Amino acid sequence: MTARIVVVGASLGGLDALRTVLSGLAKPFPLPIAIVQHRGKENPGLLAKMLQKNTALIVTDAEHGDILTAATVYVAPADYHLMVESDRCALSLEAPVQHARPAIDVLFESAADAYGADVIAVVLTGNNSDGAYGACRVKAAGGMVLVQDPDDCEAPMMPRTTMTAVEVDHVLKLEQISPFLMKHCRPEENRYERR
Amino acid sequence: MIFLRKLGSLSTLHLITDDQIKSLLESIVEIYGIDFREYAPASLRRRISSVLASERLESIRELEEQILRSPIHFQRFVHRVSVSVTSMFRDPSFYLAFRNEIVPMLATYPFIRIWHAGCSSGEEVYSMAIMLQEAGLDNRVRLYATDIDALSVEQAKAGIFPLSCMKEYSSNYLKSGGQNSLSRYYTADHENAVLASQLRNNIVFAQHNLASDSSFNEFHVILCRNVLIYFNDRLRERVLELLHDSLITFGILCLGSKESLRLDDIRACYQQLIANEKVYKKVM
Repeated sequence: MTARIVVVGASLGGLDALRTVLSGLAKPFPLPIAIVQHRGKENPGLLAKMLQKNTALIVTDAEHGDILTAATVYVAPADYHLMVESDRCALSLEAPVQHARPAIDVLFESAADAYGADVIAVVLTGNNSDGAYGACRVKAAGGMVLVQDPDDCEAPMMPRTTMTAVEVDHVLKLEQISPFLMKHCRPEENRYERR
Repeated sequence: MIFLRKLGSLSTLHLITDDQIKSLLESIVEIYGIDFREYAPASLRRRISSVLASERLESIRELEEQILRSPIHFQRFVHRVSVSVTSMFRDPSFYLAFRNEIVPMLATYPFIRIWHAGCSSGEEVYSMAIMLQEAGLDNRVRLYATDIDALSVEQAKAGIFPLSCMKEYSSNYLKSGGQNSLSRYYTADHENAVLASQLRNNIVFAQHNLASDSSFNEFHVILCRNVLIYFNDRLRERVLELLHDSLITFGILCLGSKESLRLDDIRACYQQLIANEKVYKKVM
């Protein structure tokens, strides 16, 4: 199995966590990264701008139909669900899921449907249970699930709920996540071992 | 917890294959003549899953049988797979730009026809009606609000929205350049806001399927916001052609804030009128 996409979910405390993860990723990072960070509807362009400051990768607010490209970070825009299809971003205005739009579950589920086993899903800090169901879908399709160590989180509930729901592959401290991704998503040979 | 309940149905969701979806959609075309086969797959699959969950069905086969047996179930299915949850003055910056840049242009026409293609439950149609009334154009404008989903059209026609949403809508309204209080345009009971019936005077509500129905008029403005995101490339192109044929020369096409006319579309025929907003003028 060869990872073809990284999907990331974050909520409370996510901005700092995402900055840390993204700052540790360097070009040539061989995969596209899609992110759902729970967010309000105010300042729609701000999140991507703030994340861009800390990374060598390209960060963009996802538009419908964007072609998923390596070393590019697609951020779910405010008040849309972000999904991935075989090679593209897709947006939807279906109802919020557990009060969230964008919702992490929606992104993860779409990745499992479109990429099967070739997904690495990462659940970061957050004070709710979004992402747990999506992580189950990723695992059921044969993909890999990483969570931020709850003891290392500003808000531990999200990774903890995911760990209750599914046997995660790795529990990592925040600063371990980008080295892990760099190591396991190498362009020449991005096979990885399962725990 | 909610997710644990959802996990219970995980095996069910997992059973949905592309072939099963294909078979369901083919049966629907055959019986009802409505074609969802060119809808965007990720979103459609999710929505079919959520129909299974909400109707408490074990398999897509059961859903298929239910839909084919009963037009009422089919109507509910259409509602579920097509509905958008939107808000009044969604993307206030769009409405502000429309108010400042497009409305003065419209004011030069003796009569104005505007089409909301894919109006869902009508929040944005009423937003436009309010804006045009404030510009003094309400006596020479007709708004056509259409959607594939009969239930949504009925909701839109009723113009009743949850009171709990009105705080957000009021804030959107003010950000969009509104000079009054939004409460001037509705009466509230303890649960709902009922929009003023005079806003409806210039609105024609109708069911219309962008995928199969043809153009029914020529318009000065077409709003098709966050509708194309549900279609695959081929259907998207066909719908854009339909919209193109329904616009007068120099007519205005408005898309959702995260949609754009891509290269392979008929982009050459349009000029983006406002930076950062998906507002296009048909130039040929």
